[in-house]
Amino acid sequence: MELIKLKNLCKTYRLGEIEVPVLKGVSLMIRRGEMVALMGTSGSGKSTLMNILGCLDRPTSGQYWLDGQEVGQLSADDRAMVRNRKIGFVFQNFNLLTRTSALENVMMPLAYTAGHLNERECRERAQALLERVGLASRLDHHPSQLSGGQQQRVAIARALVNNPPLLFADEPTGNLDSATSEDILKMFQILNEEEGITIILVTHELDVARHARRIVRIRDGLIEDGSVEADTGKKTVHMAVSQ
Amino acid sequence: MKQLLRTLRMALNALRRNVMRSALTTLGIVIGVAAVIAMTEIGQGTSASVERAIKSMGANNLLIQPGSASSGGVTFGSGSVVTLTPMDGEAMKRECPALAAVAPIVRARVQVVSGNRNWVPLYIYGTTPTFLEVREWEDLEEGENFTDRDVSNGNRVCLLGKTVVRELFQDESPVGKEVRINNVSFKVIGVLSRRGANMMGLDQDDMLLAPWTAIKYRVSGASLASVNQSATVVQDPSQKVNTLSQLYPSQNVSLYPVPSASQIANNPQPVRFVNVDQILCRATSGEDIPLAIEQITELLHERHRIRDGQPDDFNIRDMTEISRTQRTTSNLITRLILIVALVSLMVGGVGIMNIMLVSVTERTREIGLRMAVGARARDILRQFLAEAIVLCMLGGLMGIILGRGVAIMVRKFLNWPTEISLLAIIGAVGVSAAVGVIFGYYPAWKASRLDPIEALRYE
Ligand SMILES: Nc1ncnc2c1ncn2[C@@H]1O[C@H](COP(=O)(O)OP(=O)(O)OP(=O)(O)O)[C@@H](O)[C@H]1O
Ligand SMILES: [Mg+2]
Repeated sequence: MELIKLKNLCKTYRLGEIEVPVLKGVSLMIRRGEMVALMGTSGSGKSTLMNILGCLDRPTSGQYWLDGQEVGQLSADDRAMVRNRKIGFVFQNFNLLTRTSALENVMMPLAYTAGHLNERECRERAQALLERVGLASRLDHHPSQLSGGQQQRVAIARALVNNPPLLFADEPTGNLDSATSEDILKMFQILNEEEGITIILVTHELDVARHARRIVRIRDGLIEDGSVEADTGKKTVHMAVSQ
Repeated sequence: MKQLLRTLRMALNALRRNVMRSALTTLGIVIGVAAVIAMTEIGQGTSASVERAIKSMGANNLLIQPGSASSGGVTFGSGSVVTLTPMDGEAMKRECPALAAVAPIVRARVQVVSGNRNWVPLYIYGTTPTFLEVREWEDLEEGENFTDRDVSNGNRVCLLGKTVVRELFQDESPVGKEVRINNVSFKVIGVLSRRGANMMGLDQDDMLLAPWTAIKYRVSGASLASVNQSATVVQDPSQKVNTLSQLYPSQNVSLYPVPSASQIANNPQPVRFVNVDQILCRATSGEDIPLAIEQITELLHERHRIRDGQPDDFNIRDMTEISRTQRTTSNLITRLILIVALVSLMVGGVGIMNIMLVSVTERTREIGLRMAVGARARDILRQFLAEAIVLCMLGGLMGIILGRGVAIMVRKFLNWPTEISLLAIIGAVGVSAAVGVIFGYYPAWKASRLDPIEALRYE
């Protein structure tokens, strides 16, 4: 069953009188439990596509089904609800709250869920996640007291705190050295394999993309090649459906 | 509820991240609220003390004096004709429902001697027991008031004010001792409680009270002309140019025989055709003063047979003019200060708005992030609004503490009267919350309108 289904998706930015078409008819299908790398040169429209997939932005035209729900034309508030329940984000620059402990950073998204959890439950859940990403001893550290890799782990824990089925990572290793990058990517793989979380990884490095089971290439706003088998091992190859 | 707590905690966390800035931001509110609180406490204390001074002079008191005589265009001043009688007082008590109590007054100004000490009290009043009721002065320091029987018998008993006690007895208890008033010996039966100076600065404790019959016939009759003079020399009454002392020869004390009990019962007004210097009465309430004046005027017109158009042979004075002036002055000052304080709260609010706008710009990335993880526009609006309100309320709270502190200091070191004002405290909290809402709304609205993608990309 497909988690994401795009049909002829277009995004055109408007700068005054000039129209800048960035996505020119993207069709894509991603199944539940896949780990997909979105690759392309700089300016090809990867981030734009990810913003639409992540319900941060609306497509100019075309349709987008997320988990069976047409989300392309939802209002801002409804998209916020979808983001809250179904999507986690990991950013290149971590985007942690300064002067706020790791634990509270992880707890932050829970403030916007329906409020079914009390303070203690929130705290416990955040703590469990930080332990999972290997930061059990750093709960009270502020971002400025953590290394880049540790900060990104906090960010991953934060992305997972609402138990989303879908995780987006835009250049998650862009600010990290290669050894740390490897750690983080391993963590994504484990999450994907053990928890069945669907992960979409945006990158322009093939080394990074190789950690995914499938690579979707994008060029000039069009899916160029979506069925390249990642050569990391003998994993099941999911067929990319691109029309 | 949970939502509210969560929002509150979030706001506090955000403010805690920049304590110094939050404190400075809210300083305007702190100062504004402190000013409001301190000023209202001082203002209220002042008006309470004005109120107390008015009350000690006799709140709602009316003074009826005989009118002035005139002859050939020359007026002789108030009290130069004698028209008021104790019966007028009795009639007023009976027939004016707007009056709570009435007391006739006979004045004297003579020397009082005790042992080897002497003193001329400011007020020597011959009156009835109701005088203390009229002045709301019933709480005697010691001893007790004289009685109606003392009045009808002309008994030589008296009450002394604290100043007189100090001068004559050096603060020893005078009760049971004798004083000589104009060489007539009176027994001290009570001491008045302390009143202090009145609004004119006259010492109200420099007072001696006795039955008016005793003062009139035993003391004042001997020296009527020396009223209003510091008479330290006893003069022979026969040498005085005063027709009244001839009319009522008073040196020989017992002008009237002591009435029997049945006589008193039959005729409650045994003394006739005598005059008193003043009649002091108290209206039932401040609002009833005009009514009381009307009733008294009507009654006295009737009793004194004054036809319409004829000049009154009496005049009525009341304290309302003085007290009203005092009250309006202190109210005006309080109001002006409140306006200044409100202006400073406004300035404080602008400060809050300014810093909140800076904060929104500074935290654009944070706003983007919060939106990315699922905060709706209204969540962001609520959060920033809550921050502004919490900031203002904290400022208000500190302002209340500071204002109270200032008021307490003023009380302690300057000895100004202050009075805690619950209304000002509630008002201050309300106003600071309102300032938070008014001046926090625009920045919060701006924050909520941010586009998450732009906000996340903001450097
Ligand atoms: N808000 C915008 N208004 C106008 N044009 C935009 C806007 N956002 C992106 N673009 C344009 O869309 C194109 C794609 O941008 P996008 O950020 O998706 O690239 P990208 O593939 O993520 O590149 P990179 O690898 O450098 O991050 C760029 O040419 C950019 O100029
Ligand atoms: Mg990009």
